[in-house]
Amino acid sequence: MSIDKDKIKHISKLARISLDAKKTESLAKDLSSIFKFIEQLNELNTDKIEPLSSILNEPLRSRKDVVNDGKIRERILENSPQKNDEFFVVPKVID
Amino acid sequence: MSELTKKSLTEIANLIKKKEIKSEELTQSFIKNIEKDKKLNSFVTKCSESALKKAKDFDKKPKLNTLLPGIPIAVKDLFCTSGVKTTAGSKMLENFIPNYESTITNNLWNEGAFLLGKLNCDEYAMGSSNETSYFGNVMNPIAENTVPGGSSGGSSSALAADLTPATIGTDTGGSIRQPASFTGTVGLKPTYGLCSRWGIVAFASSLDQAGPMTRSVEDCALMLEAMASFDERDSTSINKKKENYSKNLTNKIKGLKIGIPKEYRVDGMSKEIDKLWENGKKILKDSGAEIVDISLPNTKYALPAYYIVAPAEASSNLARYDGVKYGFRSSKGNNLIEMYENTRSEGFGDEVKRRILIGTYVLSSGYYDAYYLKAQKVRQLIKNDFDQAFKKVDTILTPSTPSSAFKIGEKKDDPISMYLNDIFTVPVNLAGIPAISIPAGHDNNKFPLGLQLIGKPLDEQKLLNIAFAVEKKINFKQMLNRWWEK
Repeated sequence: MSIDKDKIKHISKLARISLDAKKTESLAKDLSSIFKFIEQLNELNTDKIEPLSSILNEPLRSRKDVVNDGKIRERILENSPQKNDEFFVVPKVID
Repeated sequence: MSELTKKSLTEIANLIKKKEIKSEELTQSFIKNIEKDKKLNSFVTKCSESALKKAKDFDKKPKLNTLLPGIPIAVKDLFCTSGVKTTAGSKMLENFIPNYESTITNNLWNEGAFLLGKLNCDEYAMGSSNETSYFGNVMNPIAENTVPGGSSGGSSSALAADLTPATIGTDTGGSIRQPASFTGTVGLKPTYGLCSRWGIVAFASSLDQAGPMTRSVEDCALMLEAMASFDERDSTSINKKKENYSKNLTNKIKGLKIGIPKEYRVDGMSKEIDKLWENGKKILKDSGAEIVDISLPNTKYALPAYYIVAPAEASSNLARYDGVKYGFRSSKGNNLIEMYENTRSEGFGDEVKRRILIGTYVLSSGYYDAYYLKAQKVRQLIKNDFDQAFKKVDTILTPSTPSSAFKIGEKKDDPISMYLNDIFTVPVNLAGIPAISIPAGHDNNKFPLGLQLIGKPLDEQKLLNIAFAVEKKINFKQMLNRWWEK
């Protein structure tokens, strides 16, 4: 399938990545050739095949619901691009 | 250059245990080599000062009953290291300093090693040439302007150039084995779940697996032994007893059955690689193994399926980079959404954006069944192929890559030709099984070429043993003129 510029604009909006016109165009070209390559899979009949989502044959293990750390607010906030006291700061959301 | 840095990991560990050398002396020699890294660009962060301090501390109170006593090790910059910048080769994480340690690096430090530095890699491990790193290309020590492979390209380059005695990489579609093959080194991708993923910057969670990169098979066994562990913090970690891979290493492989899959003889593969493969078969036969022709009929569909599964998981994993809690934030944008969009536009490089968009598209409403579900079904077929093959053989022998190392820039503008580099390595990740690449010869340009051995789940010991037997007979020699030091 060929991927046109409008489709790229739509996906980039979903992925929250802004693109200029030049990038949109080059990505449309790249993705078209990649999807052409991917669509070789259509040669295969997979009607009766179960999808494989994890190679481990067992369900994901869960650990006991106990507190094993905590009191690390300061350390977590250290890496934030903008903070105020004990909060992450983001651009205004509600007027 | 100090002779110490040329020795194998196993040798230097023994020298330290016998108190014939000190950790400080060893660490100094590597630091001296690392000072000349400029042209290779294999390091993103050098930890010379802290490494030297740790070496001195070790010498004061040597703990010798460990696997890696007093040994400095540089690691791929995808492993979170407490208090040391962890960039994943991205502008997005240029200033990210984790306040926790990945399980794998922690395991190494518990075995007596300490951090020598953080090694360059493709951005978020997405690439096969180390050309997507925000911190610049890495060069292959075998020749100037040649790629070291990727995504663990800084790891393979630093290892081959004797800037670290061993290293660790991650392998989602070949990112350990292909760079090992390009640099004449050994690289192992373990069974999915053998090495914990906790604290590794995530790319595609159902495929990612950390593994050792070393200059010999013996070293590889030692490193894997230090790395592998059950980890409650990784929900896909396999709960099994620790194995003594290095102690149990043997080159006795008589009676083992080695499969040769006809589908790996691809169009356009060079005669040199064919010759290499034939030589590998001959060596195994001479060692008493039996060669069996096998078929893995769905091999050609592995790469297209991978380019659905891996980007889909990447687009989900990388959704966390929103400029709020950590990492880069753009100063542009008038509201929250624009801040997100500009942050991700400025913070991610081209290849990462490409893969996020592929992933977003295949998971988007109306396309999920046609792409993602289809790819998961193909993944099942790939796994079935291996399951069938392993009923007949113990291990599978293939070339590691369809070519030797290429020039910087040669494939950069054509994503498909870049992706085709991983044609022999990707099926293994989809099936979650282990594989090792070992140096097996040189092509006409004197560039190294690798052979890959693929094993059953958790059959790492057998892989290492066969690799050990082949390595002894091939007697591969690095041919480096150390151009980067001139």
